[in-house]
Amino acid sequence: MTCICQDEHSMEQHFFQDDVDLSLLHEILVRNRSEAGNLITILQETQDLYGYLPLSALRYIADKLDMKRSKVYGVATFYTQFRLQPVGKHLILLCQGTACHVNGADRIKTALCDELKIHIGETTDDGMFTLMEAACLGCCSLAPVMMINGQAYGPLTPDGARKVIRSLNTEQEQREGVET
Amino acid sequence: MIIRIGLGSCGIAAGGLEVWDAIQKVLDEQAMDIQMKKTGCAGMCHYEPLMDVLHDGRQYSYVNLNPAAAAEIVSSLGEGHLPENKYLLSIKDIDKDIDSDLFSGQVRIALRNCGRIDPEAIEDYIDSGGYQSLRRVLLDMTAAECLEEIKTSGLRGRGGAGFPTWFKWKATRDAIDDIKYVVCNADEGDPGAFMDRSLLEGDPHSIIEGLAIAGYAIGAGQGIIYVRAEYPLAVKRLELAIEQARQKSYLGNNIFGSDFSFDLQIKKGAGAFVCGEETALLASLQGERGMPHLKPPFPSEHGYWGHPTSINNVETLANIPWIIQNGGQAFAAVGSDQSKGTKVFALAGKIKYGGLVEVPMGMPLRDIIYDLGGGIRGDGAFKAVQLGGPSGGCIPASLLDTPVDYESITSTGAIMGSGGMVVMDESSCMVDLARFFLDFTQKESCGKCVQCRLGTKRMLEILERICAGQGRKGDIERLESIALHVKESSLCGLGQSAPNPVLTTLKYFRDEYEAHIYEQTCPAHQCKALIHYTIDPEKCKGCGLCARACPVECISGERKKPFVIDQSRCTRCGTCVDICPDKWNAVQVD
Repeated sequence: MTCICQDEHSMEQHFFQDDVDLSLLHEILVRNRSEAGNLITILQETQDLYGYLPLSALRYIADKLDMKRSKVYGVATFYTQFRLQPVGKHLILLCQGTACHVNGADRIKTALCDELKIHIGETTDDGMFTLMEAACLGCCSLAPVMMINGQAYGPLTPDGARKVIRSLNTEQEQREGVET
Repeated sequence: MIIRIGLGSCGIAAGGLEVWDAIQKVLDEQAMDIQMKKTGCAGMCHYEPLMDVLHDGRQYSYVNLNPAAAAEIVSSLGEGHLPENKYLLSIKDIDKDIDSDLFSGQVRIALRNCGRIDPEAIEDYIDSGGYQSLRRVLLDMTAAECLEEIKTSGLRGRGGAGFPTWFKWKATRDAIDDIKYVVCNADEGDPGAFMDRSLLEGDPHSIIEGLAIAGYAIGAGQGIIYVRAEYPLAVKRLELAIEQARQKSYLGNNIFGSDFSFDLQIKKGAGAFVCGEETALLASLQGERGMPHLKPPFPSEHGYWGHPTSINNVETLANIPWIIQNGGQAFAAVGSDQSKGTKVFALAGKIKYGGLVEVPMGMPLRDIIYDLGGGIRGDGAFKAVQLGGPSGGCIPASLLDTPVDYESITSTGAIMGSGGMVVMDESSCMVDLARFFLDFTQKESCGKCVQCRLGTKRMLEILERICAGQGRKGDIERLESIALHVKESSLCGLGQSAPNPVLTTLKYFRDEYEAHIYEQTCPAHQCKALIHYTIDPEKCKGCGLCARACPVECISGERKKPFVIDQSRCTRCGTCVDICPDKWNAVQVD
């Protein structure tokens, strides 16, 4: 096993390579840099901007804040909210709370993975869906629950979860049909 | 006439916004002059979407609505007629709901405004006596008198550990520094707990008032609310509430003409369970990785940027204005000897009426689960209740009469925790549950202490092995030994309490572990590797529903003859059990 820190280029392999417009970051940094300890806020706003944290943005933030790159990377990888990869059009958050667990969240997971043909943390080839787990969405009375683009669906059955995915797919196809 | 719609996260998730829109449409079309109010969660999550109509001094509660039904009810209101249909749950006199059937046994102190006021309108909060407690402490009480009142109340921190609030405040007050902070810990990370979310969404001003009073008592001019980013609605309502409070000068310089100045800011957490621990929370506030450090120094001496800081839970703060308004004695009159006041619990799992309940401390678990929660959902029998989330433990049926107070719950091996109460019936496997919690704590361990980082991982591996039918002789003893090490050598609460789910299930459900290891069976029929699905040829009618539904196509047979499952290809997903009509019930699990 070799340490990846030795060569910065090998580190890049862990990131999605994307050219993003870094000038958009300027405003976020100006607004937040006055107060010490705002790194998490800056990263949150950066993620809102790009949908994820591009490597070039992390570097830019570190340089502008005069921080070690390792520190920015360390914070970005510590918290579950931050993503280093872009996500699909629809972000599915499958609740892993205790109430969902005892009400069969595992079977919903199996059904979703099967329907989308991806594993947890992956994005479908067409870029439509990303499937992720969330610690607890806090709507325990609707367990088992998933949240797609901020909207909660529950109580789910494996079949019900498949139907939600299919209806989102159909919606998308119809929209594309109208556009063409 | 006023219409209230529950629009907390749970209400919105259940379709509350669609109901709101449908009612709005009817009101517009029929040009009715009825005021509509959005409220936070009333705690009755199982009844969402929910509408209260306040008319003639009475409150009509309509529950489990859909847009069409809501529109129909509202249409008939124009004629002054309140339909008594299947959606009508109760009619009661306004302001008496503590005594009503729905809330019987509950005492609402922290949740006093939730579901009653519009959390986005400061006037509603003021009308219900809001900010009067702040006015009183600023104009009529010294900081020492305020502290004394909290001491009299006997209030203990509601975040889990149950440390006396006055003591924490006093330590921060006594610390010598010109700059002090008060922090609200709203990083509610326990899976299965949503009390704080409901409070923030339903009554944000009471938290703001509580923080301002705390600021006055300890001499802090600045407050910070550290809230989970996963609670977007709570963040939005807090931001709005802070802005409104500033406009009304309840925050800012010289509040109520006194020489006390106080302001608030919100910082969003980024999803790390360990940040509920106060020193980790402080690290996160300062933009670092959320890793705890050794205490002492305690945050009350050396906190945010090195200044004395008092960190309080959301529910603790929500109690403060009530205590000032009604006196510490009144609060101490509720509850048990060592644990005063009330506690909010989030009831979830296999319970009939899931939601929030606020009960006097000392109420037996049985009363909460059976009287307030309606008992077990479906036909199952009660097996255990899980208290305190990943840091807590499982309490079995034999201990159902345990009163809920800090000491009694701790003596069972569980902890009071922040108030998540997940009820389980006999279909829940206790080994699997322990595995579930260890999976959580193992992922959330910050990695600082070796015993926690590696110990939780090793325990998880053993539990996964047992659930997969590969348990070995000595695994139980190994679990116990590692658990002890993790508990004793971890720096913070996460590691010290991570083994609790394993230790309590081992204590009360050891036979289940033994069944998994020595008999290769899962008594609850949950662990996939240890169960088999078979079709009873006597019962099977040969309809073929299961064969068509099977995702791996391992069921075969001829129509009108018994079908057979190919065990070598079966993934034990359970689809066949679900789809087989209840009247035949031909798929067996063993």
